[in-house]
Amino acid sequence: METAINIATDVRSGKRTAESAVRESLDAIESGNEKLNALLGVFASAIEDAREIDRRIAAGEDVGVLAGVPIVMKDNMLVKGERCSAGSRILENYDAPYDATVTKRLRAAGAVLIGRANMDEFAMGSSTENSHYGPSRNPWDVSRVPGGSSGGSAVAVAAGFAPIALGSDTGGSIRQPAALCGIVGLKPTYGRVSRHGLMALSSSLDQIGPFTRTVEDAELVMSVMQGEDEMDATTAADGEGSKAERIEGAKGLRVGVPKEYFVDGMDENIKKSVLDAVAEFERAGAEIVPISLPTAEYALAAYYVIQPCEAASNLGRFDGIRFGYSSEGQTLLETYERSRGEGFGAETQRRIILGTFVSSAGYSDAFYKKASKVRTLIKRDFDEAFKRCDVIAAPTSPSLAWAIGEKFADPLSMYLSDIYTVSANLATIPAMSVPCGFVDGLPVGLQLMARPFDEASLYRAGKFYQSVTDHHLKTA
Amino acid sequence: MITNDQVSHIARLARLRIDPENVTKTAAELESILGYVAKLQELDTESVPELAHGDGLSNVFRADMANGIDQDARHRVIAAFPHREGDLLEVPAVFQDRTE
Repeated sequence: METAINIATDVRSGKRTAESAVRESLDAIESGNEKLNALLGVFASAIEDAREIDRRIAAGEDVGVLAGVPIVMKDNMLVKGERCSAGSRILENYDAPYDATVTKRLRAAGAVLIGRANMDEFAMGSSTENSHYGPSRNPWDVSRVPGGSSGGSAVAVAAGFAPIALGSDTGGSIRQPAALCGIVGLKPTYGRVSRHGLMALSSSLDQIGPFTRTVEDAELVMSVMQGEDEMDATTAADGEGSKAERIEGAKGLRVGVPKEYFVDGMDENIKKSVLDAVAEFERAGAEIVPISLPTAEYALAAYYVIQPCEAASNLGRFDGIRFGYSSEGQTLLETYERSRGEGFGAETQRRIILGTFVSSAGYSDAFYKKASKVRTLIKRDFDEAFKRCDVIAAPTSPSLAWAIGEKFADPLSMYLSDIYTVSANLATIPAMSVPCGFVDGLPVGLQLMARPFDEASLYRAGKFYQSVTDHHLKTA
Repeated sequence: MITNDQVSHIARLARLRIDPENVTKTAAELESILGYVAKLQELDTESVPELAHGDGLSNVFRADMANGIDQDARHRVIAAFPHREGDLLEVPAVFQDRTE
């Protein structure tokens, strides 16, 4: 699969058609998806949408920087008229009534949306095993998980179904599957991309971001998606901020290495891959700065209070009355309980119970309020660290892709796989996973983090790293 | 210690019907997760403010004006109602048993 930049350049210059690019994607899906279960559906209008792009180009129109680029959406983003299930039974027959802001912006830039990707139900999970529609499979070893929750999106890019797929990241749901599948995954700064039309999971943490093979492609699609949107009051006007700086290369870049992310007992091979990546920066003239993020070890605990509380609240809208699966009981209460009990899967119910418990009378101060204060401490750690460095380098995932079923029975062990990623969501900073090697034939991800709204430093560091390594060119 | 009664009570508050045979398992899982998150109590947060939006945005206002909805989206929303009468959402009776 070519990069988005190459496809768009060729389509804009008339060297190839959007239709041919989309057909290539659809053919790859046709031959590969049965094995991988990455996509839950293909959009029937894709070919016609591509032809329309070709017609407009033939008429001399500028159709945008993503001309003819096939893009896969996560199944929690609304595309008008298309099924949108969030990986859940409760929405198995739900069709989106309008377009998400990202849907509109991608189309306005000439992209062609081709299908919807599998995910953990309502984006809760780290493996896609919580999907009502069966797990996606890792293209590097189909007996293993691709990570999650945006696992289907990651597989779609890693398997060459499309050069770009969108995911949502609440605690690592873009970066962790990107790491496990050997591709680039970016969680932008909170407030960078509008969530209007994204099914809300945890509203103080959720962000939409891209999966790509190259950092250049991630930067390109971000230039289209980002920016203020009156339909999402959390979006910041500083949406164009990253265009200000255009420094290239690693010379003079200050790379922070947090000691708390490289502890005894961690996977030695992952540690080595990540430290080798840091050494590449040093060789090219970057300054390596040892840093400390002392509150980091509390991040996961804070996350598993805040996330379930907000999820339990957001999922309150699924009541069996207004939309989605409905199971009628003798009373209204029974209709609620049956619709939700039958419509939600086990993990979603677990988080609703947990979130309801920690926000119930007498517990809310001890849990949610406490965790929100710990967020401030975590953010202060990062603020302090970023006085001495421009980017922070760390592992994305504490483990390689694991066997399907391995962690499924133990919720806490599954939660621990988010240990390196949740901090960026809690501190609202941008973070990106870039492929940095292989262990036993399975990909390892380097996580880069930066100051709020400084995606530019992530692009700079990521582009440099990909220019001196070839991990991202390998395909399963 | 999380009891089965607590789990049943929370499930009722959350409007979730959980199978009786899963209550004990859910209590044990909740216990294990709460045991882990209890480490938050080790931190002194006495004078620390809570964080919601990292950029410090708060009270984002807009004019209080109805913008209407485009008719196509309206029809699609209505079409997604599980039960309806014409364009109206049909809701079960709130205060009485449905015995008809």
